Amino acid sequence: MALRVQGLTLRYNEVLALDGASAQFPIGSMTAIIGPNGAGKSTFLKSVLGLVAAAGTVAAFGGPVAQSMPRIAYVPQRAAVDWSFPVRVIDVVLMGCYRKTGLLGLIDAATSAHAMAALARVGMQDFARRQIGALSGGQQQRVFLARALAQGADLFLLDEPFAGVDAATEAAIIAVLKALRKDGATIIAVHHDLSSVAAYFDRVLLMNRRTVAEGPVATTFTRAALAQAYGPALMLDPTDLRSEGPTERPAA
Amino acid sequence: MDEFLLFSLPPMLIASLAAIACVLPGNFLLLSRRAMLGDAMSHVVLPGIVAAFLLTGSGSGVVMGAGALAAAGLSALLIEWVTRRARLEPGAAMAVVFTTMFALGVVLLETTGTSGVHLDVEHALYGNLESLIWLGGPPPELLRLALIATGLALALRLIWRPLVLATFDPVFAQTQGIPVGWLRAGLTAATALAAVAAFQAVGSILTIAMLICPAASARLLTRTLPAQIMASLGFAVASALLGYVLAGYAPLWLGLPFTLSASGMIATVSGLLLALSALIASHLARAAL
Repeated sequence: MALRVQGLTLRYNEVLALDGASAQFPIGSMTAIIGPNGAGKSTFLKSVLGLVAAAGTVAAFGGPVAQSMPRIAYVPQRAAVDWSFPVRVIDVVLMGCYRKTGLLGLIDAATSAHAMAALARVGMQDFARRQIGALSGGQQQRVFLARALAQGADLFLLDEPFAGVDAATEAAIIAVLKALRKDGATIIAVHHDLSSVAAYFDRVLLMNRRTVAEGPVATTFTRAALAQAYGPALMLDPTDLRSEGPTERPAA
Repeated sequence: MDEFLLFSLPPMLIASLAAIACVLPGNFLLLSRRAMLGDAMSHVVLPGIVAAFLLTGSGSGVVMGAGALAAAGLSALLIEWVTRRARLEPGAAMAVVFTTMFALGVVLLETTGTSGVHLDVEHALYGNLESLIWLGGPPPELLRLALIATGLALALRLIWRPLVLATFDPVFAQTQGIPVGWLRAGLTAATALAAVAAFQAVGSILTIAMLICPAASARLLTRTLPAQIMASLGFAVASALLGYVLAGYAPLWLGLPFTLSASGMIATVSGLLLALSALIASHLARAAL
């Protein structure tokens, strides 16, 4: 099992953001985390990584998450950073090599080549020397994925990788993720577009602060489970959910 | 020429070094949207200095510096506390803390009679740059600022990569095992150190200006962080030298029988350079379209 989460619970002030969420993510699986806005999906990822202090137990590759951090790549929401920051595309990708280059950060030819290769995998090698503010939203998302690739991880946690990106980027990202899975990596992504769940993922975690259902898409991604996670409104107008947009944010 | 070496060179060097010491943390304050911290740190220095003097009766630079650093540390904690307890955004919390502490410093100053001994509000605002001349040896401020500016530059070089990563994307930095909280505290401490050292030599107005203006100017005209840092150092030293010369000579050139406050003029020049940078940047942006 790549990741095993049990009874994850987190309270922001008076609000219960996570209420005993549990899930298992087998090695080599590709899981979509879906649920309504405010369901705690982003918070779930952050809690797994220990970025917010939630109660509950999390094990990665059979041990404490802290021990496996070098094997785990986190791709935050694109909106989480200031894209006018004065760095170039290649600088951002090299941030993924931090654990290898260490404190003094001497970047040798091999490290640079490694970062360029990561950039090439997402089709952005021609943009290496661009300032990141000059990129489109989709290009920014690909740079974030390249940074995760440069880490050389085999467990990927992505927070809404398809939010506000163009169709070409979406196709490029899903191709990279599927190639990673083929090489044995485990992918977990917060996802909003219910219509593409079956095409992109093999497992699904439906949550609304607690786990509503989890398992293979074929048996878990059902009308009944969706109604339970989203409430009956979804059944009346499923398109409304997509247009609502991916703006779910934790309170802190 | 001798006159220049004795009376003009030391204050010009001190102004430049104070500017350099402030600019280094200033660049990162600006990028992490904590520019107000510079304002806060250079104001809370006053009550620290007054309290140190009252407690020890000593007017030495080291004692007062220690008092100022203590006040800066206290205010950093207070800012964190107010942010959490009063649920204010950090900028508002900083404004609340530093205005209160500065006012406390003024009250202390006026009620305890310390204002007679070389401590007064005007001095706190403008410093006494013109009096820092060569008197049988360099003024102590010169060596102190040289040491602090060098120390900050070395520290910045040492922690460059984790600091840049933590400033750009603190959440991702945490997943890379970078101690983001400690870096944040370190930046606060560096700001306090630069602000205290600069404050004693050049006053709070110039300290605040140097913490932000050169970095803001450089940010408008550069696209990578190393270039921004180098350009901000250039802007800082240019402001210091140009401001000092203008303060001393501009009125004479106009036939006026007085000189201006060097600190005030340096801060003004740094503001004008920022305005010029903004005009150039918007012109370049239009040309690029």
